[in-house]
Amino acid sequence: MQAPRDFWHFDKDISGCGVFGVIDRARRLIPGSEPIAAMCTMHDRGNGLGGGFAAYGIYPDRADWYAFHLMCDDRDALERAEGVIKQFHDIRHSEPIPTRKVASVKNPPVVWRYFVTPKANRPAWATGDEADYMVGTVMHINTKVPGVFVFSSGKDMGAFKGVGFPEDIADFFRLDEYHAHMWTGHNRFPTNTPGWWGGAHPFTLLDWAIVHNGEISSYGINKRYLCQHGYECTLMTDTEVVAYLIDLLIRKHGLTKREASWVFAPPFWDEVDRMPEAEREAFKALRMVYGPALLNGPFAILVTDSHGMMGLNDRVKLRPLVVAEKGDRVFMSSEESSIREVCRDLDRVWAPKAGQPVIIDYLPQEGAA
Amino acid sequence: MSGDVMCDEKGFCVQREGERCVIDATGVYYRQLNERIRAALEHGVTDIEVVQVRGQRYIATAVEGDVRFTVRGVPGQDLGAFMRGPTIHVHGNAQDGVGNTMDGGRIVIHGMAGDVLGYAMRDGRILVRGDVGYRVGIHMKAYMDRVPVIVVGGKAGDFLGEYMAGGAIILLGMRSGMADAPITGRNLGTGMHGGVIYLRGRVPEYQLGPGLSMEPVDEADLEFLRGHIADFAAEFAGEFGAGAGTGGSGTEGQAAPADAEALAAAILSEPFVKIRPFSHRPYGNMYVGTN
Repeated sequence: MQAPRDFWHFDKDISGCGVFGVIDRARRLIPGSEPIAAMCTMHDRGNGLGGGFAAYGIYPDRADWYAFHLMCDDRDALERAEGVIKQFHDIRHSEPIPTRKVASVKNPPVVWRYFVTPKANRPAWATGDEADYMVGTVMHINTKVPGVFVFSSGKDMGAFKGVGFPEDIADFFRLDEYHAHMWTGHNRFPTNTPGWWGGAHPFTLLDWAIVHNGEISSYGINKRYLCQHGYECTLMTDTEVVAYLIDLLIRKHGLTKREASWVFAPPFWDEVDRMPEAEREAFKALRMVYGPALLNGPFAILVTDSHGMMGLNDRVKLRPLVVAEKGDRVFMSSEESSIREVCRDLDRVWAPKAGQPVIIDYLPQEGAA
Repeated sequence: MSGDVMCDEKGFCVQREGERCVIDATGVYYRQLNERIRAALEHGVTDIEVVQVRGQRYIATAVEGDVRFTVRGVPGQDLGAFMRGPTIHVHGNAQDGVGNTMDGGRIVIHGMAGDVLGYAMRDGRILVRGDVGYRVGIHMKAYMDRVPVIVVGGKAGDFLGEYMAGGAIILLGMRSGMADAPITGRNLGTGMHGGVIYLRGRVPEYQLGPGLSMEPVDEADLEFLRGHIADFAAEFAGEFGAGAGTGGSGTEGQAAPADAEALAAAILSEPFVKIRPFSHRPYGNMYVGTN
């Protein structure tokens, strides 16, 4: 890019993505206006080429059904996707995702949601694990059905995303009308990959949702590793690998969130050398087995699922992340100002150390086993 | 004295009391906020209080001269970048990039601050009551009598003073929200070839970047430290103890004296070490052997 002739008038937008998350550990509902206001404070961290939110606890009346959010090029693509969904699932409810016309949101795709359960009489080879069956459906639609992407597939949660500033996307999806007990938000500044609807954050699979500020430089090796385990990347953006890796490591392989964070941001070898022997051997083993799942490059990510939220930085902290508490509420954000925008008086604020996850789970529900 | 109303060409007006004015930043975009600040300065205001600040960037950036700013709230990135002369007091926490390439003046943060504070700072003072983030004071430099100094009451992250070429960083590690963290992290002073880092207490050798020495302070160092710690104690006396201050920054540690002299004595009661490069040009032969 050549500098303009009057380069001293040239406005350079200094940006980096922005992430925000809030969880109410006691599952009290938080109106959509809060994460929207927080993201507005970080408007300049993005450039209008991607915005999105994930919300948990928004479909309480349909909480037992998987909620598929689809974005489709046109009605024909939606028809094709519905054919596939009907083949593998019982559709319990189906409706357009409510939207409103927003001047700044250009040429939106057709967005639709299906609440589904897997067919009871599915083939014997597919009766084993229900979650695997759902992942199979998502992968099948995303890779084989032209013009359609499933951008949310969990229970009692949903992702909403597209091309625009987060406040525009929130307006488009009418998120001010939703209440959730956990929200994440993202403001995108695309660097290496196209700013398109599927490339906006969050990236999801089942009830996992990821928002990310940074770059996953190890995308290539992560993608090939995932491919060997049945996950295919179709959304042309690095963060997609984080959603699938977390599903592989935690749901499939049974690692804890803490252990998964050691895979993503492992200690340096000189730190491993200083550990007691048993610990040293454990970290060496983790690195040998999961080397291709290491996330190289700068990142601050928020990982959410039905159990809670995890915030994690790369191991040299190349992206900001601030955590704050107020009673049962925990906030995580790229900037403290966004948290103060929605909660002036905080009990505690801190910046977690590089590579040290902050894991916040919901409180046990009364009457739960 | 009754205030007069001061307006810029865009029709924005602020109430002015002599040399002083208060600007409410609620819902104001950073560009408009900074335009208002500039307009007030052009009208001869020298004492500006900005209230309800939440994330507006570039406050006091590149402002010159003897001006006083009071910022209430959480200012955004690059507070006081390139500035030469003003004094800024932040009542709250600051974010990333405070004092970026600052050329003189004074920034006092009554809370904690984020990453890359004092990046490539050339002169002036930054005093932070609590913790600071990663890459603080990287690429600081000094020339003749222009010697930048950063004093931090809490702890710091990795890469403190990386590539430092001049000036001083004084890290106390006392008023921290991170009980379990070391006073500072790995790659301390990596690539440093000038200036000095003073630590209250000490760190394991492996945290140091290559080509650096860690030694006890001598009498000349102590004299330098006494001056800057007296300055620091004067700013934060009364708000340096556990639980004091604006709240919400996370506190731990012992009760501290409320009187500046007693606080300075308490700070100096523990030994300091200094970290410096072994030689004037530790990297002179890194690529081509020229000397």
